[in-house]
Amino acid sequence: MPQILDLVPIWTVILAAAVFFYVLLDGFDLGVGMLYGLAGDKHSRNTIMNSIAPIWDGNETWLVLGGLGLLAAFPTAFAVIVPAVYFPILVMLLGLVFRGVAFEFRVRDAEHKTFWDRAFCYGSAIGTFAQGVVLGAFVQGFPVQNGQFAGTSFAFLTPFSVLTGVALMFGYGLLGAGWLILKTEGDIQAAARRYGRVCLVGVVAAIAIVSVWTPIMSPAVAARWFSLPNFVLFLPVPVLSGVVALWSWRSLNSKAEAAPFLSAIVLFVLTYIGMAVSLYPMIVPYQLTLWEAASSPRTQAFLLVGTLFLLPVILTYSSWSYWVFRGKVKAEAGYH
Amino acid sequence: MHFDPVLLSRIQFAWVVAWHILLPAFTVGCASFIAVVEGLNFATGREEYARISTFWIKIFAIAFGMGVVSGLVMPFQFGTNWSRYAAAVGDVLSPLFAYEGLTAFFLEAGFLGVLLFGRKLVPPWAHFFAALMVAIGTLFSTFWILSANSWMQTPAGYEIVNGQFIPTDWIKVIFNPSFPYRLAHTAFAFFNTTGFVVLGVGAYLLRRNRSVREARIMFSMALWALTLLVPMQMLIGDMHGLNTRKYQPAKLAAIESRWETGKGVPLTVFAIPDDKAEQNKFAIEIPFLGSLILTHELHGEVKGLKDFPADQRPPVAIPFFAFRAMVGCAGLMLGLVLLGGWLRWRGQLYDTRLYLLACQCALPLGFIAVVAGWFVTEVGRQPWTVYGLLRTAASVSPSLTSSDVTLSLLAYMAVYLLIYPCGVMLIARLIRKGPVDFSETAPAVEAGIASAPVLSPAINVVKGEV
Repeated sequence: MPQILDLVPIWTVILAAAVFFYVLLDGFDLGVGMLYGLAGDKHSRNTIMNSIAPIWDGNETWLVLGGLGLLAAFPTAFAVIVPAVYFPILVMLLGLVFRGVAFEFRVRDAEHKTFWDRAFCYGSAIGTFAQGVVLGAFVQGFPVQNGQFAGTSFAFLTPFSVLTGVALMFGYGLLGAGWLILKTEGDIQAAARRYGRVCLVGVVAAIAIVSVWTPIMSPAVAARWFSLPNFVLFLPVPVLSGVVALWSWRSLNSKAEAAPFLSAIVLFVLTYIGMAVSLYPMIVPYQLTLWEAASSPRTQAFLLVGTLFLLPVILTYSSWSYWVFRGKVKAEAGYH
Repeated sequence: MHFDPVLLSRIQFAWVVAWHILLPAFTVGCASFIAVVEGLNFATGREEYARISTFWIKIFAIAFGMGVVSGLVMPFQFGTNWSRYAAAVGDVLSPLFAYEGLTAFFLEAGFLGVLLFGRKLVPPWAHFFAALMVAIGTLFSTFWILSANSWMQTPAGYEIVNGQFIPTDWIKVIFNPSFPYRLAHTAFAFFNTTGFVVLGVGAYLLRRNRSVREARIMFSMALWALTLLVPMQMLIGDMHGLNTRKYQPAKLAAIESRWETGKGVPLTVFAIPDDKAEQNKFAIEIPFLGSLILTHELHGEVKGLKDFPADQRPPVAIPFFAFRAMVGCAGLMLGLVLLGGWLRWRGQLYDTRLYLLACQCALPLGFIAVVAGWFVTEVGRQPWTVYGLLRTAASVSPSLTSSDVTLSLLAYMAVYLLIYPCGVMLIARLIRKGPVDFSETAPAVEAGIASAPVLSPAINVVKGEV
């Protein structure tokens, strides 16, 4: 088939955007789920739950799109990466199952409310940790043979992947705290600011450790960053990260209501760019490039037509849904 | 039987998908039912409709939440356990799955929040619109998933390059030969399932004298719908059977447990199929009926399993018995619907206690038929993932060991066996309360939540008083 246009770059951008939307959107509601466990009284727990109840499943849908987008645009990468993180994916899915059903179950099952409260909090925490482990394993890279994963199902587990797992818990915690500061007032907001500060310290420490560890672990990443002119070119990423971390810290200590969430988002954007710079053009790090793992042009073209039309529609009505539930949330706002 | 990663992965997939399919089997129809009731509510402004809708939305919310999370598990199965399958068919099938995500999941999830929580926040027409979008979303979902599943049964519009399926014609891929029949059969199965749930719940409430006005409306609506749906489903099922005979003769032979090819074959009502001896034990047969049903001719030819090499035959017992379970459910459904029509004509529909009890007991029939039908079609497809082209044994992830899959299977089993009974119990509790629930208008069930009763604001909105 004659190839008029190389669609791989377009799909790279779409997939990167979908994954990032997932990280951002489910990130804050998973973060809210973890902070939920720290809330003492029933009233604040209800408020915290209500701040994400109408929107969480829309957020989680981006995970489906991220997974299926990877399968559609880069099937070879999907076939290598997913079996390589067999157990983290299992644990993530089961964590998400528990937290997902807890939204309804905790209200309907009053006798076991404590159990479902814990399911919501621990499910969120375990799901987040597992996602961080997947990320760490991905950055480490996988052995590949004949387009299939050639390692064992426990190879993912290293100190590095555990570190990224913990790092993501702090990261989502920071996003969740930002969301709660935006959506709540009074004691809950004040508590969210405190948790936000703790998470920010954790995030900054984790970013620093990963930034040193990754180039030590991978010569390819080291060569990417510490050569000229790349070093000068990419220098704004770490510098800006430092500035944004400072902005985040100050906003958490001030009366600002939107800035903590916004600064957390920007921090995620910068970290994401930093990762992309390190790994591009690999989709399976150090093994397969985006082009080597890409699906046929016909597949990419067929899906692109619909995606370019549907994504704006989805973003429109998702925004409408957020708009309907705008403003500060109340404990009794549920439909129950 | 030795437990290799392939068998364990198959059990795991069957486990997660069989539990998952119970939820769409109900939510697809339920979303449409809610949209209809919301529409009636919007058009007439009658309080009963608002109550019925609010009642079913609560049940729908639990089922849908479970559907979302158990559905989330599904696409990852392709990667975790079936990575060679994913690599081989990714080019053809993944756009269908992705379109499902883009059109359906987002439509459902985006508008569900408004449907569940937005009655007080948006105007009535927007609430009706949200209900409609959720219903349409569930139908889009059914369309794409069934298209992908049908392609695995009757692949079309592809070429094979280096062991990978590459699409050549998307229309042929999507509208592959078995798709129209499978889609119609499955969608009607989902509507029937919901119909019998609504019928059963209505009957339960009538028997207990609870929310009688609402229960009568539900019961009557469900019975009218089923009067149309059940016979149509039988007709579609027959057409689907003819299609299977044409494209998957080995599956049909397994369903009928027919070993020898023949003309004017009998219908095997009961038998114990023996795969090794290639024959049936304790067979009860009705002469010529097999050919008549399967080919619509008294002397029509039906292929037997011995026409296929032993390593290309599906296991016989599961499709054989599952098919009979499915058809048995259909027979019971038809009987109930006919009886209901007669009672309605006699004016005794709502006070024939025994009939109400029968309808209540019939509540799970649709679910049983759906799962049985799923076993017929999926086990009948074996030993292939892509019929005749890609073997199940060649689809599994190469890195998996038996202990890996044993561990994950046990985890899925433990979690699903905890979640599902809880979900069923909570839905049962909602049903017991009924649409007119006096306990909820009493002081808060618990501080913070439910202190504002759902019904009065909902009805005020309907009356335009808010």
